[in-house]
Amino acid sequence: MGVGIQVENLNAWYGTTHTLQDINLHIPANHATALIGPSGCGKSTFVRCLNRMHETNPIARATGVIKMGDLDIYKDASPVEIRRRVGMVFQRPNPFPTMSIYDNVASGLKLNGFRNRRILDETVERSLKQAALWEEVKDDLKKKSGASLSGGQQQRMCIARALAVDPEVLLMDEPASALDPVSTSKIEDLIFQLKSQYTIVIVTHNMQQAARVAENTGFFLNGKMVEFDSTHKIFTNPRDKRTEDYITGRFG
Amino acid sequence: MTTEREPGSSMPLPSLAPTEFVGSSEPTVVSTEPSPIREFLSKRGSGRLADTSFAVVMLVCALSIFAIVLFIFFILISRSKLSLIAFGWKFFMRSAWDPVSGDFGALPFIVGTLETSFLALLMAVPLALGVAVFLTELCPRSLRAPISFLTELLAAIPSVVYGLWAVFVLVPIMREHLGPFFAKTLGWTGLFGGANFGVGLLTASIILAIMILPVISSLTRDIMTAVPNSQREGVLALGATRWEMIRTGVLRNSRIGIVGAIMLGLGRALGETMAVTMVIGNHAEIAKSLFAPGYTLASVIANEFSEATDNLYLSALIEIGLALFLVTIVVNAIARLMVWAVTRGAPARVA
Repeated sequence: MGVGIQVENLNAWYGTTHTLQDINLHIPANHATALIGPSGCGKSTFVRCLNRMHETNPIARATGVIKMGDLDIYKDASPVEIRRRVGMVFQRPNPFPTMSIYDNVASGLKLNGFRNRRILDETVERSLKQAALWEEVKDDLKKKSGASLSGGQQQRMCIARALAVDPEVLLMDEPASALDPVSTSKIEDLIFQLKSQYTIVIVTHNMQQAARVAENTGFFLNGKMVEFDSTHKIFTNPRDKRTEDYITGRFG
Repeated sequence: MTTEREPGSSMPLPSLAPTEFVGSSEPTVVSTEPSPIREFLSKRGSGRLADTSFAVVMLVCALSIFAIVLFIFFILISRSKLSLIAFGWKFFMRSAWDPVSGDFGALPFIVGTLETSFLALLMAVPLALGVAVFLTELCPRSLRAPISFLTELLAAIPSVVYGLWAVFVLVPIMREHLGPFFAKTLGWTGLFGGANFGVGLLTASIILAIMILPVISSLTRDIMTAVPNSQREGVLALGATRWEMIRTGVLRNSRIGIVGAIMLGLGRALGETMAVTMVIGNHAEIAKSLFAPGYTLASVIANEFSEATDNLYLSALIEIGLALFLVTIVVNAIARLMVWAVTRGAPARVA
């Protein structure tokens, strides 16, 4: 089961650039939430704050409060503990090229020292099934390298890898932007399936995608969150003029 | 921030339905003059000749490597004919080295070379990996350049200078501090027995380790720097600690390159002459103790070449050269085999 996320007064910087300014929002549990906005508006920075990936860059910092359920992720836990509970899928598929498909999916468990063969096998199968990749790879799980798959398959494997550690939240930073339409629609179906069990936050440049998969949508512009509402409201009757300009294609 | 169009600053278009096409309303001015770029490009040839000659030149460069290796091999064999005839291939298994009575064998030198080189690797590899990991993953940015510069400087010091330093600094330390310490703590292994004069196999190995350290560490650092950040982030996002990230995301991805770096270091250690000759003791005997003086293939050639007055002696020294040549080839072949066995089925490197 997923968990809701409460963001209060989040500010983030890269060096002297103030990339996120006073973000406040509630991301409900077991729903998909889409973040849209032009390039460089801060959506990626925002999701990277949710699993404390932002701070891996030495010049980056963030202030504010992010609560996952009752847990203040910047106060009550280390980044490592947070990232075990918040999975992430990146814009470009990043399979581990020296590992087989099996080891790629099991890597999160293995590096945390999990050794039970039977549960590992079951987890790899479950995760690959959740990621709709099982049928395509089940015969050469251990024979083929994760990097030998096609781009769309690689991305689904990366989703399986993130799901294998059974996270409560799944962050997806433009997960389909490097993929062809068929792979994209597979990933969208997947998000649709997964959101009953996980809290999903998806960054996307594709507004149809946001409309198809997400219940709620936030619009970011120049480091600020302009509007956050139900996806239906955002796309049919936005409160803010800038949101309307963006979704009607006037800029961005 | 990327250069985004500000809202309303350009494209003053009305709300578009998806089927309308931008640009159809404003035809761009079409010039009737012939385009100079097209004209220029159309005059250029097919490039077939250039490409072919380029390929041939490159092929010659590549083949020259084979030619040089074969030539060296041929010369070594033809010049060591006397010794080859006198001792046959048994030369490589004999321990005798007596120029006076004309009795020669390469075994003590082969053992000395392999022993010092592998001891040097044993000491240098962990240290070099540590340096490389620190430089690429942990080092504050301001320290990175000075430390890299210093490691590379270490590689530029001529080996005779290392030799001098070893004679005046390392040998006394070995004799008075390190040696007795090893004898006391590790004496039970039998590897640290006998008299300790400060010169010997262990001292030579230590100086070799220092000499190959910068080669291995700077190559390893370059390889690790080339690992894309997406690999590091991928591992971190799974909840890895910094060490787990380095192990899974960095070291694992660069393992083939690291083996290559180690091989280059080993190559240098196998062939290193000057510094080793100055501190190894130059005594052609296979000893169990690491304190004992030894001899390597390279140092016996350097040391005795000017003294080799009769033809058989000279021929035997050239055959020592042949032995060094073969040892290098065999060691490299074994290393390649090991890499192949470990990485079978896995792709070579990060895309």
